[in-house]
Amino acid sequence: MAELLRIESEVEQFKTELLYRHRQAEENRLRENQAAIQIQSWVRACKVRAYLSHLHKKAIIIQKIWRGFTARAHFRQMVKEAYFIMKMNFYEEMAVRIQRRWRGFFARKFIHNFYARKRYLEGVAANNELVRREMDEIEELQKRERDCLKMVREQTAKVYQAYRSHHLLSTKQCPGVLNPSFGSAPQEREQLLRQVKYQPPTRLAPRRKTCVLSMSDPAAPSFPESLESPWIKTNGTSSSILPPIGSKKQQGLLREPGEVWEQRVNCPDLTLRLQTSYIKLHRTLRSGSMLYHQDLSQPMPRNTFRR
Amino acid sequence: MSQRQIIQVFEQYQKSRMQFVQTVADLASRQQNIEILQNAGVMSLLRPLMLDVVPGVQQTAALALGRLADHSDDLAEAVVKEDILPHLVHSLASQNRSYKKAAAFVLRAVAKHSPQLAQSVVACGGVDALVLCLEEFDPGVKEAAAWALGYIARHNASLSQSVVDAGAVPLLVLCLLEPEMALKRIAASTLSDICKHTPELAQTVVESGAIAHLAQMILSPDAKLKRQVFSALSQISKHSVSLAEMVIEAEIFPAAMVCLRDQDEYVKKNISTLMREVVKHTPELSQVIVNCGGMAAVIDYLGNCHGNLRLPGIMMLGYVAAHSENLAMAVILSKGVPQLSLCLSEETEHHIKAATVWSIGQIGRHTPEHAKAVATANLLPKLLQLYMDAGSSEDLQAKSKKALKSILQKCTYLPGLEPLLYDAPSNILKHVVCQFSKVLPHDSKARRLFVTSGGLKKVQEIEAEPGSVLQEHINAINSCFPEEIVRYYSPGYSEVLLERLENYQPA
Repeated sequence: MAELLRIESEVEQFKTELLYRHRQAEENRLRENQAAIQIQSWVRACKVRAYLSHLHKKAIIIQKIWRGFTARAHFRQMVKEAYFIMKMNFYEEMAVRIQRRWRGFFARKFIHNFYARKRYLEGVAANNELVRREMDEIEELQKRERDCLKMVREQTAKVYQAYRSHHLLSTKQCPGVLNPSFGSAPQEREQLLRQVKYQPPTRLAPRRKTCVLSMSDPAAPSFPESLESPWIKTNGTSSSILPPIGSKKQQGLLREPGEVWEQRVNCPDLTLRLQTSYIKLHRTLRSGSMLYHQDLSQPMPRNTFRR
Repeated sequence: MSQRQIIQVFEQYQKSRMQFVQTVADLASRQQNIEILQNAGVMSLLRPLMLDVVPGVQQTAALALGRLADHSDDLAEAVVKEDILPHLVHSLASQNRSYKKAAAFVLRAVAKHSPQLAQSVVACGGVDALVLCLEEFDPGVKEAAAWALGYIARHNASLSQSVVDAGAVPLLVLCLLEPEMALKRIAASTLSDICKHTPELAQTVVESGAIAHLAQMILSPDAKLKRQVFSALSQISKHSVSLAEMVIEAEIFPAAMVCLRDQDEYVKKNISTLMREVVKHTPELSQVIVNCGGMAAVIDYLGNCHGNLRLPGIMMLGYVAAHSENLAMAVILSKGVPQLSLCLSEETEHHIKAATVWSIGQIGRHTPEHAKAVATANLLPKLLQLYMDAGSSEDLQAKSKKALKSILQKCTYLPGLEPLLYDAPSNILKHVVCQFSKVLPHDSKARRLFVTSGGLKKVQEIEAEPGSVLQEHINAINSCFPEEIVRYYSPGYSEVLLERLENYQPA
């Protein structure tokens, strides 16, 4: 019975304990639930994490391998390109050297040739000197010509003056003005007067053309024609009108007077004979000379050259 | 009255008419009688006498009329107004040669005064009649006709065109071949007057083969003929390159240079004009002239003559030098620059000085070598002086400024530049200082010379606005020299030193 009482009291205790424990459990249910959830979620998370990290690692491995592959391919390409560029640079460098030399040569030779320019300028200077000298010479010549002409003109003017002042000449009876009688020699003009031949003025038409209308004067200064001097005694032909009396020209086809005589004298037969026999030179000569003297009175003997 | 007495009356009248016209013709040859004759109404009296029966009276009346019209302008107008011209033109076709000469003389005398009078001569058919006269045999008639045509063509292009349209040019070229010297001269002068107006007229003259004939007459001994020939050739060649080339192809050039030493001044002037007109077109033509020694000839010519005669020679040197630096160097080597500086100092007229200055500018503007040649001849101060001189004409001032600028931009010859530092105005000064700033950084001897000659001092004294180009150049120059030297030469340095002295307390 005590046990029963005890158990009955325990039942009450038990009931209250049960209720209390239920209540506690009810109160802890949420907490425990949450805790359980948390634990479970944590476990799930660990699982997932493990899975993810596994995946990551595998993905990384794949990517690593892939990247290496691609990079090596890229690198090979880069190396090729770099090599190519290096080669091209080298070629270009060499080409630039060639072109530089060529351009320098071409420019110096064909575009601006310094030595050609120098030679040209020296040539110009030399040519200038030459031209100057030549022109000096020509000028000198022209000047001399002009002086000569001037002198001739002056001389003719003087002669003309002398011709016009013929009356001042001294005669045998009476010495002229220019020939002073007190000792000294006759003057220069006197000498000139004596040299000039006096011609009485003729009725010929004046030699110079005179213009009827004087308007063309400004344009045409007539060059003085006084170079000829008909008044000085010249040794050559005189300017007379009539032909000289003595010369009578033969008419017709007659031969010159000496020609026929020469032909009769220089007979080729005789010379041949002379050449052939030189011993009898004298005899043949004699006989030949007799032939000559005979020919004068007799008609001509037959000669081989007469046709 | 008997027949003889009646005839005597007529003979007397004829004698008195003849005497009248002869006296009037003689009086008209003197300048002082013209007024009196004009007042006495000689024109209206001469007009009926030109229609006279007796040919001698006609001719002398025409001669008198010609002389009157020759002397003065209003008498020529009176001739036109009195309607004498149509009758003259009509009778030109029919009368004998002395009358033709007299009539052509009248036409020439009328046409020479002004374009309007020449136009009136053309309007009454004078040109055709004169061209008909050119076909005559007598050289005197041809000469008078050619002279009249020349005076008509001289005035302007349309009158020349009417002369050419009448077919005068081939006949004039034929006249060139005649043996008479006077006719050749007049024909050459007329061709020159025709060619000078337009290129088309010159082309017409060239196409009738004038150049070859003119070229043959270059070495003739007659000076007046040579004047006209060279004048004609220069008028032809001035218009265009092709015409100038045609003139050169006639191979006148080495031979014609002898004429630059001729006695006659105008021959020399005309041939240098011809050379100038040829040279101004292209470098190749200048090359031809330089190659046959033209430079030496022209420079000697410049030395021998004075005044206006030098102008074509000076311009020729300028044109040659303007084409290329080769040719400019050829001019320098032929001793052109000393000659030009002589011309500059001897001549007084402004237009000649302007031309000389222009030529110097063309020579010096190509490279530093050329500028040095100009500077060593001491020309830069002269150019500056001409620019600054208030008495110079505007043209001269403008040209000297331009020449100075173009030479300065290439000049590296510092002793030549130094005198310019002192007097130049600021627009020239900046170029001078610019040149100094280009040369001084590289040349130590030049720097030393610059300091000792007082140039640095002068540069310090220049006042320039900060930031202007001049200031930059001055700074560039100052940076070539050590600080102390620059400070030593700066203005007012002695006062600064004295101030320092006053404030100094000895320790």
